[in-house]
Amino acid sequence: MSTLNTISGRPNVGSEFDSPTRLRVVAFPTNETVTGRTMLQAQGLYKTYKKNHVSVPVLKGVDFAAEQGKMTAIIGQSGSGKSTLLHLLATLDRPDQGEVHFDGRRIDHLPRKSRDLFRNQRLGMIFQFYHLLPELSTIENVLAPIMIGRSMISYLMNRRSIQNHAKELLERVGLGHRLHHKPSELSGGEMQRTAIARALVTNPDILLADEPTGNLDQETGTGILEILQELNREQGLTIVMVTHDEYIAKKCDAVVRLSKGRVESVS
Amino acid sequence: MYKLLLCWRYLRTRWIALASIVSVTLGVATLIVVNSVMDGFTEEMHNRIHGILSDLVVESHSTGGITDSKWFEDQIRGTLGDRLEGLTTVVAVPAMLNFSFNGSNHTQQINLIGIDQSSYASVSDFSQYLMHPENQKRIDFLLKDDGYAPDRPAFPESGWNYRRDMARLRKEIDRETERNRELRQQLKGNEVGQLSLTEKDSKTTIGGMSASSGSESPTATEQSSTDVATSDLMMAGPSISSPSSDAAAKAHYFDSETDVHAGIVIGISIGSMRYRDPQGDVKDLFFIRPGDDVTIAMPGAGSPPRAIDESFTVVDFYESKMSEYDSTFAFVPLERLQKIRGMIDPTTGKKSVTSIQMKLRPGVNLAKARDDLRAVFPPDQTMVHVQSWRDSQGPLLAAVQLETTLLNILLFMIIAVAGFGILATFFMIVVEKTRDIGVLKSLGAPGSGIASIFLTYGLLLGIVGSGAGVLLGMLFIWKINTIAALIETVTGREVFDPTVYYFSEIPTITHPAMVVWVIIGSVLVAVLASVLPSIRAARMHPVQALRYE
Repeated sequence: MSTLNTISGRPNVGSEFDSPTRLRVVAFPTNETVTGRTMLQAQGLYKTYKKNHVSVPVLKGVDFAAEQGKMTAIIGQSGSGKSTLLHLLATLDRPDQGEVHFDGRRIDHLPRKSRDLFRNQRLGMIFQFYHLLPELSTIENVLAPIMIGRSMISYLMNRRSIQNHAKELLERVGLGHRLHHKPSELSGGEMQRTAIARALVTNPDILLADEPTGNLDQETGTGILEILQELNREQGLTIVMVTHDEYIAKKCDAVVRLSKGRVESVS
Repeated sequence: MYKLLLCWRYLRTRWIALASIVSVTLGVATLIVVNSVMDGFTEEMHNRIHGILSDLVVESHSTGGITDSKWFEDQIRGTLGDRLEGLTTVVAVPAMLNFSFNGSNHTQQINLIGIDQSSYASVSDFSQYLMHPENQKRIDFLLKDDGYAPDRPAFPESGWNYRRDMARLRKEIDRETERNRELRQQLKGNEVGQLSLTEKDSKTTIGGMSASSGSESPTATEQSSTDVATSDLMMAGPSISSPSSDAAAKAHYFDSETDVHAGIVIGISIGSMRYRDPQGDVKDLFFIRPGDDVTIAMPGAGSPPRAIDESFTVVDFYESKMSEYDSTFAFVPLERLQKIRGMIDPTTGKKSVTSIQMKLRPGVNLAKARDDLRAVFPPDQTMVHVQSWRDSQGPLLAAVQLETTLLNILLFMIIAVAGFGILATFFMIVVEKTRDIGVLKSLGAPGSGIASIFLTYGLLLGIVGSGAGVLLGMLFIWKINTIAALIETVTGREVFDPTVYYFSEIPTITHPAMVVWVIIGSVLVAVLASVLPSIRAARMHPVQALRYE
């Protein structure tokens, strides 16, 4: 356990996200589930994309809240703006109007550097098309966020413990035997499991998933979903998942239904 | 860390990028080869010129030269002090050299230089350019028996033995000519006798006896006339081989089998011609060999200058491999030249010289020493000119320098062109990697990090490309003569023509500093070419990049 503490110690990250007063959720070793507190929140989000001088309004005033330790599903037809909402929540894009708050702090207006740091340290993301780096092996893909977040010296100094951590994660998702395979040698389910391990390697507070089962068959998809549920249950990991599958949405604690850029219902 | 890892992986997996830096490799290799060859040539030429010319020269362009050379020498010694290593006095005059070859006379313009045998070697590498091993040690202007140029099998027989043989041969020819004439006269007489013989023969059989006795008489009468012809031949004969001996023949007969004139060392190109035989082999044709006589006409030191002619016997060849010098320089002993030209004052016995040559100690500032001497000998008062060897060969050295500079600029253009190839390839790679860039950004990689992936990639490619270029260039230089020979056999065209260049091999010098600069330049080009693509990668919008198909 001490190994993991070293990793989550993040000695060289001096961001505003690292204030000592803030309650840290250490992903793996704890069983504490502080629920009820709003982890990620959005108010009145507007986003319009311009394509060839034609404005396409995607989000028209969306409110959203994800409670800590819960699984929240965003469900909607394609084109309803659910992926855009997720990108705004992940600070990959900026809303035209409205605010995004993470753990009580506004994050959408932060400078680029702080947002990069936020994504790296506090957030895990998985995608429909896995988005692994084809040049890197499974374990290297998992290590990528740590390599990005740490300086080279700090990475090399703690290489062993970091690698052990990554291995543990991969074993946990059932890929302990595939550490040095390239993504092209993995199946879709294996790639998505690698992506989950990559998203978790920095011990994030929240996991954003963009249709994680959308590209998988029923059985594999269910397997992925089970892993996510387990993470949520055992570590109290807050998960926000975009899906168009009602079956998956049913398994979540909360469901936000989007339609044509507006929130239809929250349940 | 991810930057280096990704760079390394890209380097190993993107062959297209490696293809794009082949031009960098070739550019670097060419630059190194060209610079090494040019430096080799320059160095060789510098050494040659410096070896031939002394470090510093004080020269006078007046016909009479520097009359008070002792004063000048003392001044020089006083000014330069420790810096001076050697000093010699020289008389140099324009002259005409006359020799006969295959029965015809040839005249050539030369630069006749009177040198002091003992001190001349202390200022220049003169003797090492001579043919005879003994002369290479010390020149004494005496004809050696043989053994000229022992390292050259094609060098013709020369020296005393050759001279003696030639003289004997000439005498033989003369005798033969004489005998021929005699026989022809005899034959003329015989024809008359023959006629009477046939008349007698028809009448009597013992007429043969009378015929033989009859043929005796015309031979006897011929004898006296042949004597006259022989003496005519004696007078004319030597003038074919050595036209100078006319005068000597009047006083006492100059026998080239036993006698020699004063010694002269001539530039090898004066006495020979390099040509290519029908098989394409390079051959030397020698008009003059050590042992032959030449006549030299030169202006006297008096006013107005009168032409003086003097015969010399060639005792050696001088081959500096600088065609300019090899085709004009001829060396004679200083005192002899001073005597011939009337440069010795009959009353005071002071000897004039035309220039004083100096050698400085190694490491002495050449320009400083020259300026010091210029201050001591103001040109408007002393009428002498102080020059360093660099000054006198300035235009040539500057031309070579210019050539090198231009070639460097042109070749660097090649690398710059290669830079645009890298630019295009990198743009392609950035577009191809759009999704990965989006992924990295979603994982929190900053734009600067993305940019540095591609910048580092450019740097690595530049290093790999120029490294390969250096290796290729070094290999080329190492085997340059083999390669030249190979190209010759393939194309049938001479790459390195020894009739033009006197080097048998292509000289090369590779300065490490030059290699370093070439590497720095080409790596810089590769990095600069990757700047624009990296900025594009850094500015990519993560969402759009992730959606990119």
